[in-house]
Amino acid sequence: MSNAESKISYIGLIKNGIFSENPIFRVALSLCPAVAVTSGVKNGFMMGIAVLFVQIMVNVTVSIVRKFIHPKVRIPSYMFIIATWVTVTDLSMAAFVRDIYAQMGLYIKLIVAFAIILSRAELFASKQKITPSFFDGLGNGIGFLFALVIIGFFRELLGKGSLWGYPIVDTKPLLIMILPTGGFFAVGILMGLFNWIDMKFFGGGGASGGGH
Amino acid sequence: MEFGKLFELFIAAALINNFVFTRYLGLCIFFGVTKKMDTSIGMSITFTSVMVISAALNRVIYKFIMIPLGLGFLEIVIFIGVVAGFVQAADTIMKKVSPGLYYKLGIYLALITTNCIILAVPLLNVSEGYNFIESMFFGFGSGIGFSLAMIIMASIREKLEIADVPKAFQGLPISFIITGLIALVFLGFSGLITL
Repeated sequence: MSNAESKISYIGLIKNGIFSENPIFRVALSLCPAVAVTSGVKNGFMMGIAVLFVQIMVNVTVSIVRKFIHPKVRIPSYMFIIATWVTVTDLSMAAFVRDIYAQMGLYIKLIVAFAIILSRAELFASKQKITPSFFDGLGNGIGFLFALVIIGFFRELLGKGSLWGYPIVDTKPLLIMILPTGGFFAVGILMGLFNWIDMKFFGGGGASGGGH
Repeated sequence: MEFGKLFELFIAAALINNFVFTRYLGLCIFFGVTKKMDTSIGMSITFTSVMVISAALNRVIYKFIMIPLGLGFLEIVIFIGVVAGFVQAADTIMKKVSPGLYYKLGIYLALITTNCIILAVPLLNVSEGYNFIESMFFGFGSGIGFSLAMIIMASIREKLEIADVPKAFQGLPISFIITGLIALVFLGFSGLITL
């Protein structure tokens, strides 16, 4: 590893994860939880925290063991590392936040199949030292958390008239926003909005077209 | 085990609790492959067969290996290992036995390994306590439901190519909004069968 490569700015890595490579709005990976758990800010926040934890731990672990893993078996090895940390998260959440876990337990388990975690491990952590990997995981995790909280904010405000479970607006809410339909609408519109901001103010070409 | 119960299970998994529209799973593949009709048909066939087999396989492993050894807490690690191993094996066997089929469907197999639904079906089978036959029907229903979703979406997106969508909404955002509309339609199936 060259000297220049090891001097990556940590702030830059975090900013990268939150804005220019936001996992949901820009890279369009791991879309399932974006719709599934965001019927409220609280659920979105807890899911984001779980993903943040798993992402950081996976990045650090992969970075530590990267020299011992033969390139041919690296993807299965990463899958097992991810599965281990997801099990840790799953069991801890089942023990400490029972009411939330009852609602979204299946989605916590399915963090293991999130493309974003595997793709960061493969693209970044498998080539970098521990500290940059940690900050990359932190940035991506925060970006994910940020996206989930924003989607949850709009859906809960419009669909239930409350935030974090506390009532805010007193009018009759738009029930559609907390139904599955509303989730797809919210993600679609926010994604379009991010594209528009990017094109209008930063001259970007819009988000890349998704995929796995 | 009467047939009516199995049929209800199948309909519930395919329509009422459709994985894409009411459980929001498998969206990555759903949006990834529905750009063209023939890719989504290929994906549907591969997906449904892998789903049924992996549901059955995981059920057997859970019942005869994990429960006697008290390994229930390792379900995530074991299921993902089993699915990945099975898909890899299917890939190799298909390449040897039937190269024509491999040429057509092989690329989808590789994509399937990290799909959420493939992993969600065994996990749900365990948490709902389905037996062997029920697990297979649940897997089959989910596969058919996912195929239905992909084929509907692919036919709409082919038409969308010639539509005049605002630039910021082209591609993924508009697909999300369309999926939302289809989800609204699928909401009409709720209450069709009360399990």
